[in-house]
Amino acid sequence: MDKRRFSIQAVSALLHNANLKGFLTGKIYQGAGKNICVPGLNCYSCPGAVGACPIGSLQGFLSGLKFRFPYYVLGFLIFFGALLGRAVCGFLCPFGFFQELLHKIPFPIKKNSFAGDRQLRWVKYAVLLLMVVILPLCFALTPFFCKYLCPAGTLSGILLAVHDSMLRAQLGGIFLWKAFVLAVVIVGCLIVFRPFCKYLCPLGAIYGFFNRIALYRMDLDADRCVSCGKCKKVCQMGVDPVRECNSAECIRCGDCVRNCPVNAIHMGIKYGQAKKHSEKTTAL
Amino acid sequence: MKRNIPCMLLASAGVVLIGIGIALGQPGQVLMKAVRICMECVGIG
Ligand code: SF4
Ligand code: SF4
Repeated sequence: MDKRRFSIQAVSALLHNANLKGFLTGKIYQGAGKNICVPGLNCYSCPGAVGACPIGSLQGFLSGLKFRFPYYVLGFLIFFGALLGRAVCGFLCPFGFFQELLHKIPFPIKKNSFAGDRQLRWVKYAVLLLMVVILPLCFALTPFFCKYLCPAGTLSGILLAVHDSMLRAQLGGIFLWKAFVLAVVIVGCLIVFRPFCKYLCPLGAIYGFFNRIALYRMDLDADRCVSCGKCKKVCQMGVDPVRECNSAECIRCGDCVRNCPVNAIHMGIKYGQAKKHSEKTTAL
Repeated sequence: MKRNIPCMLLASAGVVLIGIGIALGQPGQVLMKAVRICMECVGIG
């Protein structure tokens, strides 16, 4: 385990949810921090949340009664994406951290590659396009992703309902559906590494677009690489860093970097363009 | 350093968009939504 990354994830989850007394009282934070979009997926209705969820805020604009172009929210998404890409997922996102913690729980089946995995990765782009953009634009006041899918919101609902009997009394069919989705995600996490990130998260889909050009990137030194395949084997996101070290699926966890026996993979903000592995093979 | 130009341009574009959003009062709209319990998020609908 990478202790440094684990500590950053823990601190980030705490900072996203610094309103600790909210967990005891069941009251959500109402201060100025909620003017600002946080980088990770963190429901603003979570009693701990001190900032605004970018995906929830985006749908808020798109599903408004009057169309408002979401300059502010897009600005945050582009800013975080350009600097970090999916390093947000690997280091900062509380829901990503939650999934990783669940995956550490011993379970008889642990499986990261299976038939259909590649195809399922496309679902998150459909979720982004349909549930976050198109449907909220077509149906006013209905943030489809929040309403029908987001498991972070369901967790918030559970945390609030523990303290609030009025809220508990209102939970009905939609909550049951969302609780089912949450249960599938939780059981999925016991088996697969970050299934929500891989297959469903619209925020991960957005940050993935930036991986190629983000300031924080990876780079493969093809002259050093001995094609041992260790990096591909250890990658729990199913990336082959030799073929595509800036793949949209890479969350910058650094497992491949640490496991490369010849230090051929580098991650950070100071590296240049990767030398293509094919260039190296032709040169040989 | 050249490779960092596109991301710096994009990051700056992000800052500009945030600025436009602020000028249009959008932080207040984000705040309004975020300080109330979102019924859709928590599963009431
Ligand atoms: S994919 Fe989504 S839930 Fe997963 S770490 Fe990234 S932003 Fe968070
Ligand atoms: S390619 Fe490397 S850094 Fe990216 S997810 Fe896989 S192991 Fe982590």
